[in-house]
Amino acid sequence: MKRLLRGGHLVDPVQGIDGVTDVLLDGERVAAVGRDLQVDADVEVVNVPVGCVVCPGFIDMHVHLREPGQEHKETIATGTAAAAAGGFTAVACMPNTSPVNDSASVTRAILEKAAVEATVRVYPIGCVTKGMKGESLSEIADLRAAGCVAISDDGRPVMTALLMRRALEYAGMFGIPVIDHCEEPSLKGEGVAHEGYTASMLGLRGIPSAAESIMVERNIALAEMTGSPVHIAHLSTRQSLRAVRAAKARGVRVTCEVAPHHFTLTDERLAGPVSYDTNLKMNPPLRERQDVDAILLGLRAGTIDAIATDHAPHQEDEKHVEFDRAPFGIIGLETAVPLSLDRLVHAGVLTMRRLVQLLSVNPARILGVPGGNLRPNRPADITILAPEVTTSVDVRQSRSKSRNSPFHGWTLKGAVAATIVGGRTVYVNQVVPNATVFGAAAGPA
Amino acid sequence: MNAETTNNVAASAEAADVPSIPVNRLRTKDLLGIAELSAAEISLVLDTAVAMKEVSSRPIKKVPALRGKTVVNLFFEPSTRTRTSFEIAEKRLSADTLNIAASTSSVVKGETLADTVHNIEAMSPDLLVVRHSSSGACHFLARICRSGVINAGDGMHEHPTQALLDAFTIRERKGRLAGLKVAICGDLLHSRVLRSNVLLLVKMGAEVWLCGPPTLVPTGFGRTGVHITSSVDEAVEGADAIMMLRIQLERMLGGYFPSLREYFNVFGMTRERMSRAKPDVLIMHPGPMNRGVEIASDVADGPYSVILDQVANGVAVRMAILYLLAGGAEHEAAA
Ligand SMILES: [Zn+2]
Repeated sequence: MKRLLRGGHLVDPVQGIDGVTDVLLDGERVAAVGRDLQVDADVEVVNVPVGCVVCPGFIDMHVHLREPGQEHKETIATGTAAAAAGGFTAVACMPNTSPVNDSASVTRAILEKAAVEATVRVYPIGCVTKGMKGESLSEIADLRAAGCVAISDDGRPVMTALLMRRALEYAGMFGIPVIDHCEEPSLKGEGVAHEGYTASMLGLRGIPSAAESIMVERNIALAEMTGSPVHIAHLSTRQSLRAVRAAKARGVRVTCEVAPHHFTLTDERLAGPVSYDTNLKMNPPLRERQDVDAILLGLRAGTIDAIATDHAPHQEDEKHVEFDRAPFGIIGLETAVPLSLDRLVHAGVLTMRRLVQLLSVNPARILGVPGGNLRPNRPADITILAPEVTTSVDVRQSRSKSRNSPFHGWTLKGAVAATIVGGRTVYVNQVVPNATVFGAAAGPA
Repeated sequence: MNAETTNNVAASAEAADVPSIPVNRLRTKDLLGIAELSAAEISLVLDTAVAMKEVSSRPIKKVPALRGKTVVNLFFEPSTRTRTSFEIAEKRLSADTLNIAASTSSVVKGETLADTVHNIEAMSPDLLVVRHSSSGACHFLARICRSGVINAGDGMHEHPTQALLDAFTIRERKGRLAGLKVAICGDLLHSRVLRSNVLLLVKMGAEVWLCGPPTLVPTGFGRTGVHITSSVDEAVEGADAIMMLRIQLERMLGGYFPSLREYFNVFGMTRERMSRAKPDVLIMHPGPMNRGVEIASDVADGPYSVILDQVANGVAVRMAILYLLAGGAEHEAAA
């Protein structure tokens, strides 16, 4: 069963391709890539609609699928359906579930469920510490063997420098990164918003930028000392970025990601038009204009390695409360790519090639998972974009179980046209003209 | 949660004249903070309060302006002073009042703030006077309620009626706000009184100086156009009014400063420090005071203290707010 994607604009930075190129799929794999591929009569030919861009599948290396334990917020089925609709062919899921993913049995349970119900590939991330308690290392070899691609105590930092050192040394043996949620707990305190003018005027307890950058600096020092790779989750401040830039320049194995809300919104938004909107409450918090500007530069310059959503579903009633009582986090799988196209590519911050690096090439490299390019014999995981098509964000239409997005009602230039996982079309955007040529969207594998 | 109802419609009010006061010209159904008010609206409230103060000086202190209206005082945080002041204001305007003291721990029982308020709204109140420990709680309620919401203090955010009564008190004594130097000293970080006062005084053209230990200065506050110093002498120098903010004694445990003794030595308002201000300086405090911590007793009780005027003016200002939000429209319609 072969399919030829003909005449599309392929952007594959790894192969150095950025132009009209055909892609031949053979079942689950890429069979050939090239201009004007000649195929047999029995091959299904798909003429890629004009204006569509064909990319290696996007990988979101930071999502919370909430299963097991909090299925009222999200499940592996709904979370991965949202991922597919957002143009992601794979997601890495954080271990702060209930129970937490600190043992091979939980990892296996996630993978078994995913095998049956997931629309896209699921790569579990295991806990750094047992019970995510920050006391002793979890059985990292076991987690790795069961299929974890990284370890993290995301939701909280690895508390002590000693434990972080050991995590880096030990995980380094398997070549998997430690992903750290960087936050100095005493400095964050009871903070609920970025410490600055806006929080001061709104009477919200502040989370200073230094609460993040102190931990980033600590982790860099430990990565330098151990020689093991550390990945900074959802970096949000200019000070953190400065630390990462300097560390990279001297060869430290540090990588980092940013979330779309951190390059799109500033803390000023908390003051209105909807003041104290709990859909603007996330951790790390929305920062200042100067931070957003620094992040845009970091995305362009390559200091930032990946765009990841930190998709954090919460049910509506949990967010329908006073600001300081609401949980942190927003959903982001379905808005990440339109926001990236609108705010980064169309705004002239990034080329399409650089965007593909941030959303596909680098996440695959950091996690050591297949994907990130469409070389022959690689999995046929493909994201097809319609950069000129407008996306109207309507959270009521979301595939996620939760609706906690600050982007409801936004109009963005750029859309996902279709998502193909292992050669199967799993999502088609009806809004994009002629996108149905990619086939009817299939459900879970 | 406990409630008590009072029916205020008194026959004696029938005869009283409604004072000649302007109609509702506040733009919203709510009073959420000073941030939402224009200078013209602030002046309207203060002018209306002058008329309301006259009512309080009558032998029969009651007018029918809010007759048939229901005001619910919904206090999620105890505050006898503010609640009593609102309640007297409501009664003088002949409103039906209902006091609800709701524990913020009702969340523990599973009921959310939205649940609580929807239950109260089912009784069709016209206004909700809300005190809550979370900043922004009143904004949240204003969005989900039909009734008008009056912010009686939300977390560390605003306490607009306090700022309005402070401004009323200063204007009453000095005849104006513009061009005056006002020093505000104490716990700046946690004070909703501070935020409302800064917004109001800056809007009305006063020169505002803030003074407190750097550990209690909110980040970025300089952008409001105020002067910030940790020298009381500098803040007080030539001041027309000095507002002292309460130091919450538990703050010391948070490590914001080493001891109450040291706090008083460095920041306490004493006669000596006060003497740097203008000779006719006003000494103000929103209460309740910690004597010997932020303010010396002889200053609090001294001839320049207008602390009790503030309490009296609180009723007039709150009457003005209630009237402008719930009373004005009806008179306008009848006119
Ligand atoms: Zn995190």
